Amino acid sequence: MIRHLLSAADLDVDRATLVLDTAAELANLASQEVKKLPTLRGRTVVNLFYEDSTRTRISFEAAAKRLSADVINFSARGSSVSKGESLKDTALTLQAMGADAVVIRHPASGAPHRLAEWIDGRVVNAGDGTHEHPTQALLDAYTMRERLGRIAGLRVAIVGDVLHSRVARSNVSLLATLGARVTLVAPPTLLPLGIERALGARLRTSFDLDAVLPESDVVMLLRVQRERMNEAFFPSAREYARCYGLDTARMRRLPQHAIVMHPGPMNRGMEIAPDVADSARSTVVDQVTNGVSVRMAVLYLLLGGSAK
Amino acid sequence: MSAAGVPRKRNHDFLIKGARPLGRESTDLLIRDGVIAEIGSGLSSAGAGIVDADGLVALPGLVDMHVHLREPGREDAETVETGSRAAALGGFTAVCAMPNTSPVADSAGVVEQVLHLGLQAGLVDVQPIGAVTVGQAGERLAELAAMADSAARVRVFSDDGYCVADPRLMRRALEYVKAFDGVIAQHAEEARLTAGAQMHEGDVAVRLGLPGWPSVAEETIIARDALLAEHVGSRLHVCHVSTAGGVEIIRQAKARGVRITAEATPHHLLLTDVRATGYDPVFKVSPPLRTDADLAALRAALAEGVIDIVATDHAPHTVEDKECEWAQARPGMLGLETALSIVLEVAFDALGWDGIAERMSRAPARIAGLSDHGHDLAVGAPAHLTLVDPTARWTVDSTSLASKSRNTPYAGMTLPGRVVATFLRGEPTVLDGKATR
Repeated sequence: MIRHLLSAADLDVDRATLVLDTAAELANLASQEVKKLPTLRGRTVVNLFYEDSTRTRISFEAAAKRLSADVINFSARGSSVSKGESLKDTALTLQAMGADAVVIRHPASGAPHRLAEWIDGRVVNAGDGTHEHPTQALLDAYTMRERLGRIAGLRVAIVGDVLHSRVARSNVSLLATLGARVTLVAPPTLLPLGIERALGARLRTSFDLDAVLPESDVVMLLRVQRERMNEAFFPSAREYARCYGLDTARMRRLPQHAIVMHPGPMNRGMEIAPDVADSARSTVVDQVTNGVSVRMAVLYLLLGGSAK
Repeated sequence: MSAAGVPRKRNHDFLIKGARPLGRESTDLLIRDGVIAEIGSGLSSAGAGIVDADGLVALPGLVDMHVHLREPGREDAETVETGSRAAALGGFTAVCAMPNTSPVADSAGVVEQVLHLGLQAGLVDVQPIGAVTVGQAGERLAELAAMADSAARVRVFSDDGYCVADPRLMRRALEYVKAFDGVIAQHAEEARLTAGAQMHEGDVAVRLGLPGWPSVAEETIIARDALLAEHVGSRLHVCHVSTAGGVEIIRQAKARGVRITAEATPHHLLLTDVRATGYDPVFKVSPPLRTDADLAALRAALAEGVIDIVATDHAPHTVEDKECEWAQARPGMLGLETALSIVLEVAFDALGWDGIAERMSRAPARIAGLSDHGHDLAVGAPAHLTLVDPTARWTVDSTSLASKSRNTPYAGMTLPGRVVATFLRGEPTVLDGKATR
């Protein structure tokens, strides 16, 4: 297995499939009465979170605990970080405490790459700036496979603020590896210039959600921050919702089997209408459940193989 | 500068044996009283220090129009003395120090302080550049004439690090410095297009998820300033041109007769944005590393003369300012000790030794108004020269550089050409590849 999980591009098709298959095996645990495995007993996993993210942190914490690891939560607020300690000094501190793995969420793109240079333990990127969020892409892929039976050949529309989205970057990378066909849909201001050239030949883009929906097996909506309209990316929240929001009328354009995904937290009424979020097509709750299994698989595969 | 730079003690005489001026036939050079006294074969002089320059190329002392020496204010990153030593080791005899110090060099007092620190170090002529606007805040003109009239005799003005964004203020600055044959050196960046930018806007930035610094942010300002300079008939110098589009605008302006000059840095001539992969901020610089196409355009423009000079934009930063997240790191790279080697690497075939002397000594001295520098080696000329071993190759080791900082992007690279000796006004500042003080 790989040493760190910094980017979805670290996973080739075999490794990505191994993570998904391992997650499926571990998911069976959740249905048992005792949800714990002894696999990572005596190992220390640090959740190093420089951004508020209750859902991702709790998901990693649950994953590590179900594998019997010792979990230390280190949040930037209320720690030495708020006193101005550098990432490198924090890394050396964690190293000295014997962290076997560090799960890092950071507002700066590339922070996990820097961390991986400074510590001996394994590093898992839990979201870095506008770069990547590889375990989100893995849990999304897992959810697609669970609901639709395969990933290769699926037509996936990713809709919204691609420019600022680490979820989109990781999904584009992983879905390409696994053979899905991705179309990015957004107003032109929220699509990086030249993204097809930058991210891969099979990638397509569109400014027309209505045209893309009938040809989609999966539509994944990205969170759009209202602050973006102050930076002139779009004129108003209402106009964004009108052009790119998924409401029930639009949802009817999807093929019968198609699913609707959202990484959360949702802006109901902005990129996704409440009725759509709560519909049978929506996988939002499944994604949360699958997140724990996938993160267990990642920690297991990164840490489980080597002897203490 | 020349008056203020008069050495404190009488020069020792030096006899340089067998050097090849601009790579031509080997000859001897006798240096006496700070000037070149004799040139010819088989020279001798009783009591003169002998410098064996067999196989070495003699160049006029190099002139760098764009360095950051950090003093006063950030002596933890560089001092005038350590930066001067790095310059001498790089073959330079004059450097122009950018004013973004703390306090900003926007008054006669601060530019004279920098001048005197340079004289104290005595390793290179340090010519202060004055800020265009008070505190480099871009709001009102600094007292430019006071700086011009000071002991530092400032002729180049720049808010480098920041762009003089207000077009009316830029127009006024261009006009005002005509009174003392000054030049405005612009850091061309439309800041409203680069808010939060971290690297060149392009494929690599998309992959790395780093906000992009688009080429047009540089090009719109170069175009605007070229038009302003044309309108008022003033001299404009464009700092660190980094884009193919910028080169094209300068080419067109020159063809129309606009009094515009331009510089390129060694790093923009050698490195591209793919270096950002891995997020090591040693490759973070402003303007950012661009693409292969930009690099090719810059090299062609340097050969052609559309880019007049190479300037290093030597920008020392402390370890803390570079061993961190990319977004938190300060932009800038060391350049003085590696500049000549990189120019040899990328442009020797196109320029030859004479072209290198033009781009790195004569032209920068001319643009910066350093009348004492940039002269070919001739009897009676000031003895500013550097001796280069053209066959040597050396590997850059960040820990053995003379600069106080370590942020070289070339660590581990093997480069051609080694500075063996540098003479400033007839005094050796570097001998046998080592600084004399």
